[in-house]
Amino acid sequence: MTIVEKVRALLGDGALLESGTDRVPRIAPGSPDAVALLLGTAHQEGWRVRVEGAGTWLPSDAPADLALTTRRLDRVPAVEPQDLTATAEAGIGLDQLRQQLADRGAWLAIDPPGLAGRTLGSVVATATAGSLRQGFGPVKDHLLGVTFVTGDGRMVQSGGRVMKNVAGYDLTRLQAGGFGAFGVIVLVHLRLRALPRADVTHLLEGSRDELTQVAEDIAASGLTPAALELVSPALARRDRWVLAVRLVGSPTLVAADEAGLGGRFTSLRAEESHAFWMRLAEGFAVRPVTFRIGGVPAASDELLDLLQHQVGDEWISAAPAAGAIRWSGDTTVDRLQRLRRTLAALEVPLTLERAPWPVRTAVGHFGAYREGAGPLVAGLRRTFDPGGALVVATDGE
Amino acid sequence: MSSRALADDLAAIVGPRHVRVAPAERATYAMDGLPTHRRLPDVVVLPGTREEVIAVIRLLATLGIPFVPRGAGTGLSGGALAEDGAVLIVLTRLNRILKIDPANRSALVEPGVVNARLSAATRPHGLHYAPDPSSQSACTIGGNVAENAGGPHCLKYGVTANHILALEVVLATGETVVLGSPGGEPWGPDLVGLFVGSEGNFGVATRISVRLTALPRAVRTLLADFMALRAAGEGVSAIIAAGIVPAALEMMDQSCIQAVEDSVYAAGYPRDAAAVLLVELDGRDDGAVQAEADAVAGLLKQSGARSIRTAADEKERERLWQGRKKAFGAMGRLSRDLVVQDAVVPRSALPDVLETIAGIAAKHGLVVSNVFHAGDGNLHPNISFDATDEGMRARVEEASAAIMAACIAAGGTITGEHGVGLDKLRYMPLIFDAESLGAMHAVRRVFDPDQRVNPGKVVPLHACREWAGVA
Repeated sequence: MTIVEKVRALLGDGALLESGTDRVPRIAPGSPDAVALLLGTAHQEGWRVRVEGAGTWLPSDAPADLALTTRRLDRVPAVEPQDLTATAEAGIGLDQLRQQLADRGAWLAIDPPGLAGRTLGSVVATATAGSLRQGFGPVKDHLLGVTFVTGDGRMVQSGGRVMKNVAGYDLTRLQAGGFGAFGVIVLVHLRLRALPRADVTHLLEGSRDELTQVAEDIAASGLTPAALELVSPALARRDRWVLAVRLVGSPTLVAADEAGLGGRFTSLRAEESHAFWMRLAEGFAVRPVTFRIGGVPAASDELLDLLQHQVGDEWISAAPAAGAIRWSGDTTVDRLQRLRRTLAALEVPLTLERAPWPVRTAVGHFGAYREGAGPLVAGLRRTFDPGGALVVATDGE
Repeated sequence: MSSRALADDLAAIVGPRHVRVAPAERATYAMDGLPTHRRLPDVVVLPGTREEVIAVIRLLATLGIPFVPRGAGTGLSGGALAEDGAVLIVLTRLNRILKIDPANRSALVEPGVVNARLSAATRPHGLHYAPDPSSQSACTIGGNVAENAGGPHCLKYGVTANHILALEVVLATGETVVLGSPGGEPWGPDLVGLFVGSEGNFGVATRISVRLTALPRAVRTLLADFMALRAAGEGVSAIIAAGIVPAALEMMDQSCIQAVEDSVYAAGYPRDAAAVLLVELDGRDDGAVQAEADAVAGLLKQSGARSIRTAADEKERERLWQGRKKAFGAMGRLSRDLVVQDAVVPRSALPDVLETIAGIAAKHGLVVSNVFHAGDGNLHPNISFDATDEGMRARVEEASAAIMAACIAAGGTITGEHGVGLDKLRYMPLIFDAESLGAMHAVRRVFDPDQRVNPGKVVPLHACREWAGVA
């Protein structure tokens, strides 16, 4: 029996989707249990599996015997506006989820890079936070728990559905940013916010140096913007660098913070604001390579200089007050590896978020570890994928 | 190896003054903050430097002896008790604040630094360490990391896991690993997030890099009292549903109010109230914070608050908070012993669950007082009892189990900030299946293949499914 015949016998015709250009069979299990069944079988049969969401972020190009897509796992079993929690399957598009939450007066404060239809599972697995990280924290801060399936088909629950939980080890943290190396996320329990009553964006154009200083002043002033993002001219589609300040909350709080910004900024209308942030997010899904680095806030300027020198700074977005920088563009394996080494010496991790398979496999999503951590990561991979069924380029060459 | 010979070897590393073998000395370490578990350790060692910690752990690795890390011993789950020949490693002498970096809002500390001392040291820079467990005047940052400790102000600012940037960890073998980075971005998977809350099972944190938070410029502290517990619970839901995120949102029931008011920590809570809510709002702009406080007051009135009082000055604010933070101590007046329980429920379930708990207390003939983080749905039902009364102890165990079952049935969990330790082991299979418990055990064995660090805690081994891939 071929793989397709075996999968058809296992999951039925409905799970078989049309293959991509590389003719790798594409399987869309319709439930978490079906994911477990498929991965259990893959483990026994020695099949190599690549995991996909909507296929809009990572290219569907990893060599594999089959592609498992989570796109049929698109249900939202629970939204609890009173408790500000929700449970969603991993394959739901973030745009759809946002709409369902907004209908109930709730909001997920994550604005990841990529197209609007990126799946929740993709965002969690890659821990790709956007500019809202400044005010609401990284992706992991929005997770109450996840259910995942290991590379050998075991279904594991971690965390819970309530606001605080320290029962057992926090395996949710391992899955957030694990790039699927430790299992396939199938269900996510989310921490929500009330849909903000006021949400405004203000822009200031200027030189990078000037705007970095303004961002530092804002952070030091005690203002608590939801986003405080320094955006390169090409990415912002402006002539000069842009500092974007997003204020979110009650009208009173937002008005007070707006007053604190002073008069230099230009206020965007609601539709302009929406378009600005959407363009910024989509800008990172266009060029072949996207990575993020995370340093201390005071080093942001120095890190931007370093990027400009080593890989250029045409497509960059940075949160100077959080020390987070995202870069996008076209570059070589050699340059990425050299940059990662330089950054590692400064104790700054570089995470490769998106790239063609030859770059991913050469550079690795993670690549550099501090002393002693490499064996732990390898041990965790063996634990959650003992047969090496999941094709994920974690470490590079 | 005899305890005496082991103590001599340990004394060669840390000095004889810092090894405890006499029964009276060891008895100090036989319990933590929970009076229902007692284990007398054979040997207690108090290293004074990270190098001594490493040398001690290497010695124990060579001898194959298990060990238990311990901070100030204020834990509430029996998590820092040593049994079956395990050596207790007490880390309170590693109490240096190594660096405060105001520009990057971070600090580097040793594990034995007391939580409140760190905030006091960073206050001149306009910063503080936000997680504030009730025991913050005694508990250590290392213990907070092990337990993923919370506190009243975690509602707005997040729990310990949200404030740890990087860790230096000594594994069971004595090897040192560095997790995380100075900016908080992980090197690959989030091993810092995995380590925090692992209750000492993954190793000993010897250096901890923490995120500091700016002190708020404007603060309003409100005390609202209610004649019905349910109305207070509904007040909590009204605030959350309105999208207001208070810095803290705490509730105390009548039994707790009276214990506080009878003690030296009397805060002026109305004695006849069925419950009080302590609500704190903070921010940068005084006018905006006042407007939020007014909105909260309006919501609480609508929910049935009898009166609402705002702290007029810092002194009154401190007094209101002292009553809350010392409530556990004040409850010592009610009986000889106290079990501080810990569970979490969905916030909207609070009114129902509180009524259920009252029913459980009545059924078992026990006094249960509630003082808790209402904004998070994190309950602390406190059961007063006399540990010398065998029958009463059994009733306490039964009532605790019934309370846990009620919280689980409401969609909640068995611990929000105190950890599993020894005390909650038996409840773990109620919320995790054998596969998930097996996964936890397998992860533990990646860090500690021989399971020598804090054995017998967190994961009930009998309930785990076997994981073939485990090293």
